[in-house]
Formats: sequence, structure tokens, C-alpha cells
Amino acid sequence: MSTKPIKELTNSETRLTSGHRLCAGCLESVIARQVLLSTEKPVAVASATGCFEVSTTIFPFTAWNVPWIHTAFGNGAATGAGVEAAYQALRRKGRIKEDMRFVAFGGDGATYDIGFQALSGMIERGHQLMYVCLNNEAYMNTGIQRSGATGFGASTTTSPAGSVVPGKTEYPKDLTMIIAAHDLPYAAQVSPHNWRDLIGKCEKGFECGGPAFINALSPCPRGWRFSSENGVAMAKLAVETCVWPLYEYENGKFFLTAESKRIADGVIEKKPVIEWFKAQGRYKHLLTETNAPLVAKIQAEIDRKWARLIALSKI
Amino acid sequence: MADLAINGDSAIALAWKQIDPDVCAAYPITPQTIIVERFSDYVADGDVGTEFVCVESEHSALTVCTASGSAGARTFTATSSQGLAYMWEMLPITSAMRVPLVMAVANRAVSGPINIHNDHGDVMSARDTGWLSIFAENVQEAYDCAIMAPRIAEHRDVQLPILVNLDGFILTHAIERMTPLEDAVVKEFVGEYEPFMPLLDYKHPVSHGLMDGPEFYIEHKYQLVQAMENAVPVIEKVFADYEKVSGRKYNIVEEYMCKDAEYVAVVLGSAFGTMKAAVDELRAKGIKAGVCMPRVFRPWPADRLAKILDGKKAVAVMDKHLSVGAYGPMFPEVAAAMQGCKKAPKAYDFVFGLGGKDTSVKEFEGVFEMLAAGKAKAVNFMGVEE
Repeated sequence: MSTKPIKELTNSETRLTSGHRLCAGCLESVIARQVLLSTEKPVAVASATGCFEVSTTIFPFTAWNVPWIHTAFGNGAATGAGVEAAYQALRRKGRIKEDMRFVAFGGDGATYDIGFQALSGMIERGHQLMYVCLNNEAYMNTGIQRSGATGFGASTTTSPAGSVVPGKTEYPKDLTMIIAAHDLPYAAQVSPHNWRDLIGKCEKGFECGGPAFINALSPCPRGWRFSSENGVAMAKLAVETCVWPLYEYENGKFFLTAESKRIADGVIEKKPVIEWFKAQGRYKHLLTETNAPLVAKIQAEIDRKWARLIALSKI
Repeated sequence: MADLAINGDSAIALAWKQIDPDVCAAYPITPQTIIVERFSDYVADGDVGTEFVCVESEHSALTVCTASGSAGARTFTATSSQGLAYMWEMLPITSAMRVPLVMAVANRAVSGPINIHNDHGDVMSARDTGWLSIFAENVQEAYDCAIMAPRIAEHRDVQLPILVNLDGFILTHAIERMTPLEDAVVKEFVGEYEPFMPLLDYKHPVSHGLMDGPEFYIEHKYQLVQAMENAVPVIEKVFADYEKVSGRKYNIVEEYMCKDAEYVAVVLGSAFGTMKAAVDELRAKGIKAGVCMPRVFRPWPADRLAKILDGKKAVAVMDKHLSVGAYGPMFPEVAAAMQGCKKAPKAYDFVFGLGGKDTSVKEFEGVFEMLAAGKAKAVNFMGVEE
């Protein structure tokens, strides 16, 4: 949980300004602002190519009030690592005195797919860099193509729901678990609807003394096909259905947090996945009677993974 | 310092040790490997204060270096062949971001078929990416170029990345006699790095690597053209300064017996030495041969070559790479340069040494003999056993 009250946070320095060109209802800037509120130290930002990068820095404009760098698509983690490496060298040589923090942002395509190797290498090498995946579950910048993060059954422009194929026929990679298997100091899943949980986790990520990974679900009105005012509600629903459990991996242990913990403790009820499907146009083809067995299959998979996560949190 | 018996890779590593760059990120690839191995020894023994990043790929190597340079650190790397190919996406990004980093390239053939030996296929595929590019003929020159490179790249009027080329195995692994400079001389010659608008100056936040629409892209590319033009006087000054501290004279185009020559060859890298031996043999036989090497390949020294080649009877362009379906890559560039001649000679392309195929002094003599006898074809493939 955030160590600071919301009033104090609202008075913090604006590190990412308004006037950028993200779509109405996009949650990426909301997440980024929460991430940047999680440290008071000077921070430098790296971005992989994607929606967030192109929308915040179209020459000659920039929405960034902190140092920011972009180089290419598949190397967000390496870009951040390069800035951090320069910092380590210059600090050792006495040319930089201040204590700084480093964060890299990448979309799910840049993180789960094309930039996965660079991310894995950065973590293995132990850079003091927090990598944040702005996970909107498809290649939205190029027009909603399926990625390794796209959910089973989702209709995208490269996994369209047709008369034979019901959207994407594969489950997403469980990237947070894969990253946790690197045994890094800190990893977590977050959702922008719960700012207190998100900021608290990013505070830990920034201060963990090594590489940290934050997987942030970022509802996309265009790609997911919902009305642009519903992004925060959509994020909340993902957590309530256990499609997107909130948890963290810290010092070798898994901890459920926020709503996910309360679901596991029986305080609030877990919602069925059909509610998640009903809320978004990308899943509307699953609502037919013919596809009911498919929905049941997806529900079973969510239940299996949820039970495993609860078991892991008890080790 | 006393003379050393040293191979080209170790000579590069020694130059880096004396310069003590802030950051080095690299990935091992034959025949560059000895550079990173020797440099790792210097790091392990505390001889340098460099942050050495052992990345998981060449793509990340050049990414880490580009970001580190943008952040304000003097940054070096080295690669070869497939490594440079894997970096390719980042090459024009590094130059567009005006990061003056130094990369040694142990020139090696590009797959396929896979081949670890020397040719210029790797660096020629990087020629359009906005990097300065200089070539060494021997181990001494590889060392000298490694020391001069940061001074050229980092000059405020230039501010471009630079490739220092040395032929794989022929220079990287062969042990030659070399005269190094004293550590203090190198330190003073290279000087302190003063980065321009570095990322880590967080009190003056800047954004690096923005997106350009059509209204700015060509303008930014044109700035690279201007930077390349600015590099010419800077290189001349650095060469002159280096002569003062080393006694060794470098030129943008190196010439050997070109002045009174009737037939001139243009060649890059270690083959320049072999061709000088061929020229000596031919001169003894009364054939007026000469050879030159564009030490600086980017910016391409068109005007200097035009002057050297003007009025000759014939020119042989020696290409250690091939654009399949056209020519060797240097041939059209020399042909274009000769537009500046008052009396342009006929030029012939000779593709040689691909994948490490050895080319002897005798074979190089044959090149001039073919020119003199009028027997050269437009494009000649040397040493091909059909």
C-alpha cells in the first residue's frame, strides 16, 4: 500500500504532463503517473516503441518533465539498463552525486514478445531498473494484433473471430511468473483502479536495490471494445474475476494483495469470467450458446491458475 | 613504453585500457572476442573504472551503449559479422541520436554459409547508417585508430558514432610489433568527455529519441550529412595532433607510389600492405603501379580520390564484399568519385578475399598486369575455382 495519503500525492511534481496524444480513456498515462508518484528521487525514464512512446513524444513536442529516452521496440529493458550503467559509472567516478532511480516502460508486445530477451538479460545482470509493462493485451499501436499477452478467445485483427476460429486459440504467457522465476528482488501485478496498491508496489520496486518488474493491466477502449469512460471499471473487473490477480513476489515469496487477497480470504466473492467477456466487444462472440463450452473451458483454466496462486502464496 | 609483440584485438583492448571509458557493453563473437576478454581482465584487476556490461546479445550491446552515451558516459563496444548484423536495427538510431560512441569491428564474412574468416561484408552492410568509418592496415594502425576515434566522434561539430575496422584474424589474431603510447599521453590526447545535453543531467530534463513526421525526418538526416562534412577538418586536425604525440602520420587517403603511377588500385584494410609489396615487384619490372587506401571510408573522400586517380591509365577497385547482382560496394563509390576527375580513367572492379580466401602478392600483381594488358573485365572475381 502507498505510504503517502492521496492529498500529498496530488501535490507532487507533474513528471508526465497533460497534452500528450494518447486516446481518450487510455489508462497508460494514468498508470505511468502513478508509477512516477512512487518515488521522490530524481528519475530517468526509458520507453520501448509503442502507443505510450509515440503519443508522448512527437517531435518537436514532449510530455516529459523528467529525462526520457527511446531507442527501438525490442529493447526497452536494455535502453533503461544503458542509462543505469552510465549512472553507475559516473557515480563511481564522482561525476554524479545524487541518488537516482530508473524506470522503463514497454507495452505487452514490447515485453512479452519482441523485448523478452532484453528484459530477461537486464534482470539476470541485476540492473537497478524497474521495468513496467503497460499491458493492454495486444499490439494496439499497430492496430490491435494478437500478442503473447492476449487472452484466450479475444478477437484481434490477427486472431479475428471467424465462422470457424473463435478468436485467439491460445492462453497468454504467464509473464509475471516467468519473471519471478528469475528470482529477482521484486515483481508484482498491478491494476490502475487500485492506486494505493499500485503505488505501494512501485515504491517497493524503486527501492528494492536491483531489478524490479511491474506488470500493469492497461484497459484499452479501442482494442477491447468498451466505452472510453469505463477503463477503471474494466481494470477492477479483471481483478474481481481473477483474470488479473493482484500479487507480489518479494524476497522469494508470493503474496496476494488488495481485492485478490480479500477474494482468497473469502471476504469478497470471485466473479465468473462471463462477466469479463460481457463487458468487452472483443469477446462478444463467446456469448453464444455454441461457445458456452469454450467459456467453461476458460473458466476452468482461470480457476486452476487461481488455485495455484493461492497455494504459492501459502509457501 | 617499450615495443610490444601483440595481436590486433589485444592492441584495441590496450588502447581502451589507457582511455578508461565510462561504459563498455559487448557480446562475444569470433574474431572480436579477444578484445572483450582482455578488457575484462583490466576490469577484473581494477585497471579501469569502466562499467562493463556483459549483455545477452549484440542488439542489447548497442542498445546499452546508445543509451549510456545518451546518458552522458563515454562508451565503447566491439563486434563482428553476425554481431554487427544483429545490431543493424540500432546502427542508424545511434547516429540519429548523435551518440559519439566508438565501436571496433573485427571484419568478418557474414553468413551464409557461416564463415568466421575475414572480408568486409559486415561493415559494408553498415555503410549507409550514418557512422564514421575508418580502416587499419596493421596492428599499429588498429591501436592508433582506437585512440584517435573518440576525439573525432566526440567533437562537438561531429557528434557521430565511429567504426574502427580491423581485418579479422589477419589483424585481430596475428601478433605484430607495435609501439604503444605512454598512458599519460593517451589520457591527455583523448581528454575528458564533455557530453552534450546528457540524459542524466536531470535538473535540465531532455527527451532523447523522439518520433519525426515527414516534416522533420529529412531535416534530421540532413544534419547528419552536415556532421559528416564537418568531420573532414576534425579528422585532419586529430591526425595532425596524433602525429605530434606519436610520430606516426595518418592521411584521409593513404597513397603508395601513386604520384607517377599509370595504374592505381584502391583497397581497404590489411590488403593495402600486400598490394604495396605487389607494387614494389611490378615497379622492378617496369610497370608503373600504385595503390591507395581510403583510411576514412565515411565520410567518403571523393575529392581526394578524384585528385589521386585523375589522368591515370586505369584503376582497379578492390572489393572484399559483393552486392550480389551488382558490384563490390566500393566500386560505384570510386566510379562516382571519379566524376571529379578532369580525365577520368577506366575503372574495373576486382572482388577478392571473400570468406577469408587468401590473395597472394602474385595475384595482386596479376591485377595490375590485367589493367596494363587491357584484359580486365568490368567485374573480376579473383581466385574462384569453378
